[in-house]
Amino acid sequence: MSYLVEIWMAASLVALAAGAAGAFVVIRRAGFAAHALPMAAFPGAAAAALFGFPLWVGLGGFALGGAGLLALMQRRARRDSATALLLSVLLAVGALCLSLSGHYAGSVYGLLFGQVFALGGQDLPVLCVIGLCVPAMLWLGLRPLSLSALSPELMRVQGGRPDVMEFLFLALLALAAGFAVPVTGALLVFSLMLGPGAAAALLCARPGGAMALAMLFAVALAWAALALAYVSNWPVGFFTGVGAAGLYLLARLKPV
Amino acid sequence: MLAFFLSGPVQTALLLSGAASLLCGALGIFTVLRGQAFAGHALADVSSAGGAGSLLFGLSPLLGFLLFGIAGVGMLELLQRRSAAARDEAAGILLGAGLGVTALLLHFCITGHGAAGAAQAVMFGAMFAAPPGIALCACLLAAGSLVALACIARPLLLASLDQELARVVHVPVRGLGGVFLGLLALGVTLAAITVGAILATALLIGPAAAALRLARGTAAAILLSMALGLAACWGGVALAYASYGWTPGHTWPVSFFIVALLLAFYVGAGLVRRA
Repeated sequence: MSYLVEIWMAASLVALAAGAAGAFVVIRRAGFAAHALPMAAFPGAAAAALFGFPLWVGLGGFALGGAGLLALMQRRARRDSATALLLSVLLAVGALCLSLSGHYAGSVYGLLFGQVFALGGQDLPVLCVIGLCVPAMLWLGLRPLSLSALSPELMRVQGGRPDVMEFLFLALLALAAGFAVPVTGALLVFSLMLGPGAAAALLCARPGGAMALAMLFAVALAWAALALAYVSNWPVGFFTGVGAAGLYLLARLKPV
Repeated sequence: MLAFFLSGPVQTALLLSGAASLLCGALGIFTVLRGQAFAGHALADVSSAGGAGSLLFGLSPLLGFLLFGIAGVGMLELLQRRSAAARDEAAGILLGAGLGVTALLLHFCITGHGAAGAAQAVMFGAMFAAPPGIALCACLLAAGSLVALACIARPLLLASLDQELARVVHVPVRGLGGVFLGLLALGVTLAAITVGAILATALLIGPAAAALRLARGTAAAILLSMALGLAACWGGVALAYASYGWTPGHTWPVSFFIVALLLAFYVGAGLVRRA
């Protein structure tokens, strides 16, 4: 398999997971959490480099740890303050790990803004699992996830646990985001989630339809960004971020 | 000890971080009360494009960060005008676009100018490498913003806590919100130069969240928040200076110490309140 096809497949898989998660980010109004959780991948990758364990272990471990911490902190304090604090702490720990491992200057850019062309075929199996499992699990949880976001009281009356749903959602979000980091970087995974998700929510009112549409948009955005980056030799992150904003503005043009 | 205070970069760092932490401490209380932590974070992220641009074109970092911070406020107001419900979405979309531009400008810095540390300097701060002239500008800017904030503090507080009541007594809620966002842009700009664009949020929210756990009244919370911010910044600078010999060959980032101190204050405040 040629090198470019591998990168193209990796980006598509990441976009599938990010788009599916993005639809729920919009429904649950979890934009700030969706921006903060991918940051867990930054210390994850940095710690993996410092202590020498495999990259995927660092990414997955920190993603789940971050989701648990966020769910815990949100119960105690105002939601957005807790998110802001967690985000800063994750980034600061990552900066320390990179600094101590001696790769500070060179690695910061790649981890924050992505280095898709450093991916290889050995990463595909893991990405395949994430890219297919995250959308599948979100699809299965469509009803309880929507219900717990729109009316936690109703869910409690029916015997459900909104707080458990919140943690499950954050964990899926963190996994989808964490494994997208090598492609778009910790900062711009968020664009791949929110842009397609917000645009799809403007165009389609039903959660299921919005989720499918968001996945479609995310894959299209990732392909366009990748192609433009290949042609222009500019960073993929630039096209992802600006393209996501363009997509959202286009969707807002639709007459209400 | 004396060498610490006589060193030029340390003096600049102390002044710069002092100005940023005092302004952000005061702004942070209103930001938390108004639930605008995400907007503040988005403004800091957008301003990072200005920081990268100023590195690329050799301008003063203060000018670059500030220009994009103010532009960010304008775009945020424009995007949020249509629907208040989509406030988070608008902030998120703006933040993504801003970071995309940062990625491109930093890419040019790294490939064109061979400035491998550019990403680190813009995103995690380069307090000790700041040009000395910046410190005075930053202090004046912070002092002016604090005076402006003091002038609108009472109506702003009312508008933040109870919008309907504020409208009834003819407080211009929208206008005040716009002025506050402008001041917020100045605050996160100073914080971005100090601890870096993506850690500016820590300086804005950290002290305020800790102070709101402890203080009873708003005025006390604002003063405590400013004091905590200042303590974290100066403590961080001192620790970073002291850490020089801890791990030979590898420095500890000053931003790490500041964030760690802020987290300790926040957790400590929670423990004190429970006791």
